[in-house]
Amino acid sequence: MREVAIIGIGQTPVDEHWSAGIRHLMFDAGRAALEDANIDRVDAVYVGNMLSGEIVGQSHLGALAVDFLDLDGAEAFKVEAACASGAAALRVGYLAVASGVLDIVLALGVEKMTDTSGRETTLALAAAADAEYEVSQGISFVALNALLMRRYMHEYGWRREDFANFAVTAHANGANNPYAMFQSPITPEAYARATMIATPVGLLDASPVCDGAAAVVLAPAEYARTLNPTPVKIRASAVSMAPLAVHDRNDPLALEAAAISAHKALEQASIVREDLDFFELHDAFTIMAALSLEAAGFADRGKGVRLALDGDIALGGRIPIATMGGLKARGHPVGATGLYQVVESILQLRGLAGVNQIADAKLGMTQNIGGSGATIFTHILETMS
Amino acid sequence: MDPKVVNDWRLRGQRYRLEGELCDHCGEAIFPPRDICPKCHEPAKTPQTLSGRGEVYTFSTIYSAPEGFEAYTPYTVALVKLEEGPIVTAQLTDVPPAEVQIGMPVEMVTRRLRTHGEEGTIVYGYKFRPASFWHASTQA
Repeated sequence: MREVAIIGIGQTPVDEHWSAGIRHLMFDAGRAALEDANIDRVDAVYVGNMLSGEIVGQSHLGALAVDFLDLDGAEAFKVEAACASGAAALRVGYLAVASGVLDIVLALGVEKMTDTSGRETTLALAAAADAEYEVSQGISFVALNALLMRRYMHEYGWRREDFANFAVTAHANGANNPYAMFQSPITPEAYARATMIATPVGLLDASPVCDGAAAVVLAPAEYARTLNPTPVKIRASAVSMAPLAVHDRNDPLALEAAAISAHKALEQASIVREDLDFFELHDAFTIMAALSLEAAGFADRGKGVRLALDGDIALGGRIPIATMGGLKARGHPVGATGLYQVVESILQLRGLAGVNQIADAKLGMTQNIGGSGATIFTHILETMS
Repeated sequence: MDPKVVNDWRLRGQRYRLEGELCDHCGEAIFPPRDICPKCHEPAKTPQTLSGRGEVYTFSTIYSAPEGFEAYTPYTVALVKLEEGPIVTAQLTDVPPAEVQIGMPVEMVTRRLRTHGEEGTIVYGYKFRPASFWHASTQA
């Protein structure tokens, strides 16, 4: 196994891109990553995407990406793992380079979610859940998270308002990220007043529907520095699975796959969680942020919300999360999210995170969740000094 | 023809009668059927119809629904823990959202889940109502 480094990053702003199609989004993020890596040829393009067939009516994204990025000679195909498709594409690229089969890989996440109406997109997203036994009952993806949040509040005695700081912190950080969908802060009062989507999940508990693309270029670590002066090493790449449907999990609040995935990643990197300078977690909903912090061991069961209340998740806190806005404020273009997390982590590790820079950041962890917790990728990234 | 019509037909045993499976090795009740026991991982293919009695494990009232369910908002979905052990995802019915509580006893009923327009099929399946519903309404 070879060590793998990231030598280039690219991202589009996350937004409702009315004037850009899925091919334009892939082009912009892909070209930016290739230019950052100072290369114009790759061996492969792996495209992380969930909904192109359902929403855009366009499958076969690998061929489209190679065609429009003008990367003749590269192999390419789409990788799908619901909202974790972006990290899945990174994982495939990592395996290809680490194994020695390929040298240079572009991992590209893209999602175009605003070409359909909100309710059509909601239905398409629900396909991440069990079609026959969850979706058929009129459940939405938001509602699955609402079921978890309600049970969590019941078991541990939290009130809805106690979750506010997850959203407030994400928006505070997003305000300084020019690529974020929401670049304005919110108040706890606004959180409390937010319209209900599926009780107890309100509009400000949930990440937005949006478009975007993010990409990274992978290369063998041994000659990464000859291509880019500030490469970042992938210290760990881990994935773990849980039953597809929430109702089939032994303990729905445990997010077991997140715990195993994070544990495997920390073991691979031979570090302890206290070594991490930040944690880009999957805050698609405030409850997911709380459960992810618990699963990774930063808080005991039922105490994840405490970290938000105490400010431990803020940029200067014990374990900063969503440092560039997270899914909540940067936005959650589902198949691209896992790669946005990595791009933002690399900005932190290169010292290019601007106002949101975490002092002396050397080690960061990203975690990308597919469905309501069925597929969970964890990557650990480190500066190469 | 609605593309889901065959799929809906195939699931009729589960949707109308909560037909699951019994593990002959460890006695675990299984719903939905999956032919492998999730507890002891042995083959489990003996059919077993569940009682339909259980209690609310958690719930949510949906105000913003997926396509096909907009006309029913607000409606309440729940995870119902059946007395045999499995948890099912289902809508609650015959109860105002404000009266739903975790731990509330419920029972299965067959109701319309959705329609597919004027020409399409009407999909029926299980929902759950308060267990005291029948008793209370006959006394009234």
